[in-house]
Amino acid sequence: MTDTDLILSAKGMTKQFAGFMAVNNVDLNVRRGTIHALIGPNGAGKTTCFNLLTKFLQPTAGSITFNGRDITTLAASEIARLGMVRSFQISAVFPKLTVLENVRVALQRRRGHNFDFWRAQTVLGQFNAEAMRRVEEVGLADFAHHTADELSYGRKRALEIATTLALEPEMLLLDEPMAGMAQADVERISELIKRISANRTILMVEHNLSVVADLSNTITVLARGQVLAEGDYATISNDERVIEAYIGVGHD
Amino acid sequence: MTDQTLMDTVETPSAGRPTPLGIPRLHLAICAALVAFFIIGPFFLYPVFLMKVMCFVLFACAFNLLLGYGGLLSFGHAAFFGSASYVSAHAAKAWGLTPELSILLGTGSAALLGLVIGALAIRRQGIYFAMVTLAFAQMVYFVSLQAPFTGGEDGIQAVPRNMLFGLIDISSDNALYAFVFVIVFACLFLIYRIIHSPFGQVLKAIRENEARSVSLGYRVNRYKLAVFVMSTTLAGTAGATKALVFQLASLTDVHWAMSGEVVLMALLGGMHTVFGPIVGAAIIVTMQNYFATFGAWVTVLQGTIFVVAVLLFREGIVGVLGKWLKKPL
Repeated sequence: MTDTDLILSAKGMTKQFAGFMAVNNVDLNVRRGTIHALIGPNGAGKTTCFNLLTKFLQPTAGSITFNGRDITTLAASEIARLGMVRSFQISAVFPKLTVLENVRVALQRRRGHNFDFWRAQTVLGQFNAEAMRRVEEVGLADFAHHTADELSYGRKRALEIATTLALEPEMLLLDEPMAGMAQADVERISELIKRISANRTILMVEHNLSVVADLSNTITVLARGQVLAEGDYATISNDERVIEAYIGVGHD
Repeated sequence: MTDQTLMDTVETPSAGRPTPLGIPRLHLAICAALVAFFIIGPFFLYPVFLMKVMCFVLFACAFNLLLGYGGLLSFGHAAFFGSASYVSAHAAKAWGLTPELSILLGTGSAALLGLVIGALAIRRQGIYFAMVTLAFAQMVYFVSLQAPFTGGEDGIQAVPRNMLFGLIDISSDNALYAFVFVIVFACLFLIYRIIHSPFGQVLKAIRENEARSVSLGYRVNRYKLAVFVMSTTLAGTAGATKALVFQLASLTDVHWAMSGEVVLMALLGGMHTVFGPIVGAAIIVTMQNYFATFGAWVTVLQGTIFVVAVLLFREGIVGVLGKWLKKPL
């Protein structure tokens, strides 16, 4: 594996909260163009890892490289500008904006006009066609003019993905995209993730193991803030330590 | 709503179809009514009272730009209102500057003060942000009390109404009224434009979900600082104008009670509305003026109204109206 194969890599990443090691010396390598899943029991440090990688938290020790560039000390907003955009466990939409406006906020960031306070916002109309295309892409065309808080949970997640895709990121970090979702929605979002993974790298935290098995190329298992095992689904699901971590000692 | 043409530029949910200016009809109608009211007003009401209303309307709208659209509760806006009023009063009295220059100078000093205080305060959020702004405002109050040019307890009195542009006499109440009217409505239009601009759209996104805005790559602190300075600048214009109207800059203008009053105006009218602060300011100023004979009871009445407003209509008067009409006001 050469270095250019790796889009995101963390070395010795550690986060300590007031004496508690949330993430302890984690090495993580994500290969370009793959879907990489991060799994582990509750409290394993998956979300903390996410926050560290996207710089919403500052690591206590270790270094993070994205596309060959050291991003360890960058601000969270700069990470997004480099092409790595994250989602959140609680669906991150702008509730009082319409679906179309939600997507447009992302387009606007990429295209400018952000500080234009003297112009009427009708200039943003130039983004409507592209925003609409993104909205259609995730199957929300009928809801384009509804405010985001009127959407069902699954649709909010779809909107979140549409907004993220509007930035055309090289890499997506999805934090539990299926959490609390109805089965029909799970299949829809699963399909969507598969579709958008072309030419992109995706790192996701997910509890739904059938989704993980179905989607991911590589799986990293975390437990108590440390990497327990790594490999494809077959390797992971037969690993003694992983079974023990999930089900407990004494399982045969 | 879904039967709407998908590609048009309507801001939905919208207040009616937009006109070529990009302003919904309903908003245009309300603006026209406001303009008409303040043009006809002096024929029926005391002009100085109406000028006071206009100054506080501007102050409340400037404040609400920060609270309602920036999502930042400043508890020290009197510092900007008051310091601008001192600067413009001093400029007019001691240096004999023309009214437009005095107001510009006052506005500029509020902008500068806003830049300094804002750069420090926006690093904190919620109640801590409010406390930091309050702390700075108390420092400004102390300076106003002690500095040699502010006149201490007396303030700066008998501020002259100099010739506008050095040419036009605005010493009569009616001439001054026209001057104040132009300033206030120009600033109100600017605030309306800021709220409904691409920049305003980013502000709303940050207010709605700051973490998500960051994850989309927005450097949120720059936007917060920008809106903070815009708000303090316009609050400064209100204070500077007020000093010329009353020919007085005093400690009342920088006192923390003034900061509280403007919060009350915004909340009473409706902080997530464009027109709410106008209504809120008008109500509070009217009460203070016409119930002045009740003395301390005005404060009690204000408190009661505030409690009732918070309990019964949390979105404020205009907020409730907007909900009722199902249109943003």
